Amino acid sequence: MLTAKFPALRMSRRGLLKGAALATVLGASLNVMRSVAVFAADAAGWPTDAFKQKSETDVLKTLYGKAAEVSDKVKLDAPEIAENGAVVPISISTTLPKVTSISVMVAENPYALAASYKIPEGTLPAVSNRLKMAKTSKVIAVVESDGKLYSTSKEVKVTVGGCGG
Amino acid sequence: MASSIRVRATAGAETTEVQALMQHPMDSGFVKNAKGELIPAHHIETVQFETGGKVVFTALWGPAVSKDPFIKFSFKGGKKGDDLKITWVDNKGATDTTTAKIM
Repeated sequence: MLTAKFPALRMSRRGLLKGAALATVLGASLNVMRSVAVFAADAAGWPTDAFKQKSETDVLKTLYGKAAEVSDKVKLDAPEIAENGAVVPISISTTLPKVTSISVMVAENPYALAASYKIPEGTLPAVSNRLKMAKTSKVIAVVESDGKLYSTSKEVKVTVGGCGG
Repeated sequence: MASSIRVRATAGAETTEVQALMQHPMDSGFVKNAKGELIPAHHIETVQFETGGKVVFTALWGPAVSKDPFIKFSFKGGKKGDDLKITWVDNKGATDTTTAKIM
C-alpha cells in the first residue's frame, strides 16, 4: 500500500505527473491530508513540511504546533567533539511519563529537523541513532510527554563537516 | 537478494531491545559529485517496527540521518521466538522489509 501511494505523492508534489487522473486525485487528497494532520493518524505519514524548516522553533511549530520548555528530565547523550560530522552518535532518553514522541534537531544543518520517532504505549522513551552534522552546532532533543513538549540541548563541536554523509 | 536490513532483537526480563542497521546511501541532496553536480536527495523517510500485530516504533527520518542508518530502542514485552517485522520506505518509493526472530 505504501509503495503504491508514495510515488504518486512525490510526483504530484514536483508537478511532474502527466495524465493519470486517478493518481493525481490520490496525490492531491494525500497532500490535503498531510497538511491538515502533519503528525497525526497516518501511521507512515512523513511530515514533509517539518523536515523543510530551517529553524528549530519553526520545526516545533510545524511538527507539534507548540513550543517546548527546557527540562532536565530529558537526557541527551552526544559527544563533546565529533571528529567525523558524517556519523555523530546521539542518544535521547527521558524519565517523563506518557511519552508519545521524541525528535532530534541539529540547529546549524540546512534543515533543522534530523529525525522524529513515534513512541507508542509500551515502548520505552529512549532512542539511539547516528546523525550527520554540517558543522559545530547545538543539538536539541525534544520529548512530547502527556501532550507537552520538553527539550534539552547540547553543543557538539564538529571538526570535519558531515554533509558528505 | 540479501536484505538491506540487519536486526538484532534481544528479549530481556521485561523488555526487548532492538538494534537495526539498514543499508542506504542517505544522500542529503547537498553534496556534489566529482563533476560538481548535486547528488539528489535519496534517503529513508519512514521505518516501522511491528510485532504481534502492533506497531512498536516508527522512525521518521530526514536527510540528516547518517549513511547506513542505525537505530536502537526497547519495548515492553516480546519474547524469544516472536517475529519482529521491519519495513522502510525511502523518498523515491523504494522499500524493503524483513522479519527477524526475537532472541
